[in-house]
Amino acid sequence: MTDILRTEELKIYYGQNEAVKGVDLTFTENSVTALIGPSGCGKSTFLRALNRMNDEIPGSRMTGNIWIDGKNINAPDTDVTVLRQNIGMVWQRPNPFYKSIYANIAFGPKYHGVRNKAELDNIVEDSLRKAALWDEVKDRLHTSALSLSGGQQQRLCIARALSVQPKILLLDEPASALDPVSTAKIEETILQLKEQLCIVIVTHNMQQAARISGHTAYFYMGRLVEYDKTEKIFTNPSDPMTQEYISGRFG
Amino acid sequence: MSAKLKDRIATFVIIAFSALIIALLVGMLGYILVKGISHIDWHFLTAEPETIKAGGGIGPELFNSVYLLILTLIITIPLGIGAGIYMAEYAKEGRITVSIRLVVEVLSSFPSIVVGLFGLLVLVNTFNFGFSVLSGALVLTIFNMPLMVRVTEQAFRNVPREQKEAGLAMGLSRWKIITSILLPVALPAIITGTILAAGRIFGEAAALLFTAGLTTPKLDFTDWNPTSLHSPINPLRPAETLSVHIWKVNSEGLSPDAAEIAAGSSAVLVLMVLIFNLLARWAGRLLYRKFTSIK
Repeated sequence: MTDILRTEELKIYYGQNEAVKGVDLTFTENSVTALIGPSGCGKSTFLRALNRMNDEIPGSRMTGNIWIDGKNINAPDTDVTVLRQNIGMVWQRPNPFYKSIYANIAFGPKYHGVRNKAELDNIVEDSLRKAALWDEVKDRLHTSALSLSGGQQQRLCIARALSVQPKILLLDEPASALDPVSTAKIEETILQLKEQLCIVIVTHNMQQAARISGHTAYFYMGRLVEYDKTEKIFTNPSDPMTQEYISGRFG
Repeated sequence: MSAKLKDRIATFVIIAFSALIIALLVGMLGYILVKGISHIDWHFLTAEPETIKAGGGIGPELFNSVYLLILTLIITIPLGIGAGIYMAEYAKEGRITVSIRLVVEVLSSFPSIVVGLFGLLVLVNTFNFGFSVLSGALVLTIFNMPLMVRVTEQAFRNVPREQKEAGLAMGLSRWKIITSILLPVALPAIITGTILAAGRIFGEAAALLFTAGLTTPKLDFTDWNPTSLHSPINPLRPAETLSVHIWKVNSEGLSPDAAEIAAGSSAVLVLMVLIFNLLARWAGRLLYRKFTSIK
């Protein structure tokens, strides 16, 4: 498996506060990596650094390197708009555009230059199939995305992220606002997407991390405490702090 | 006193106040319409006003009001929306933003008679625009632009933050996010706000006394050359608006039916503003559905 994304001594500050204190992590192709840890441990901040979304927060700073395809993207000359096309992102709360289902998916490809109607139709169908939503919405592609249920909206957001063919998908607690049935569907989708993508997922749900990820990274107080195969983390962690967290003694 | 009793009293007081406001509104509207509506007919709406004789109409005044409004909107919409977008999406919080906001607030709460006198000194005399539609439109801009800035800024701020994040994460440029994601969501509120603000400037009188003037040249509706004095669309001709006409008829009207004309004009004015309000709601709803494809 090839490495696709690597962070080196990544430190992130909000003003004076150091939220992430030097994290080295490597992510490979076709894999799911779970970032776990108690609230405020820096895992979401770390995730948002990977597509430079922290840039949008006033007062945030970042040092260290993030290597994608041999290029350090934490450099001033990085064009974040180009970078973000290769990295999809989905949030805790579904945020479909206030547009039709079709327009939500076609928006990105259109912006990046796809004009042909048939090609757009293909992209829309393909993205929706990958996100396991096609069968539920194929007869109402031109109705508002806001008419979908929460779980459907979230899968629509995944489909929207996939529409521009990213290599990396960042998921920030994508199922934590959803009911168990929708959560199961999202997890199923993630496992299928693993075949084509590098997925990084932040989750508070230990079972979820165990079910879907190949590797797990445990964060605490802005530090990476332990990183290993998910199986190892959940059965025989090396660090006693990890042991305590996964067995639910705190967090 | 028990909590239940307190609650009852509070509810009663709130309902009584609301009822009072509604009664005031209904009473005022009713009075104006009852007094005026019998006087409104096609002749009244289209005929020229008379100075001495009875039976004058308000045709040119009505046209002037609408024309002045359109000219004002042409000036204020781009300026107001541009500044509003800047305030909502580009300006960093700091001393400059705070002072811009303060200036906008002060501008919108200026007494209209003062702004009118300012217009007289600067636009009419110094710039030599004379008593004209243009002077009037520029003065109305001073009232209307702050409203447009605020309406636009608010409309943009009310779009959920997540919408913008989604756009950023897709690698869209800031400008693309504003025009394609935020604007469609904000536009219905902007349009509604614009039409409501239009109602406010449609009824403005004091500031126009000294800028758009108290007279109207004889208009020739077949002459569309904007430089000719008798052309209705000449922006440099004086233009007495409907609300100015109401003031003039009431204060110095010589015709025997001056009171009826004032009542009729008032009713027309109120009806127009009412139509603006209904139009605003309707247009806002329609556009929201169209842009968001919500049925």
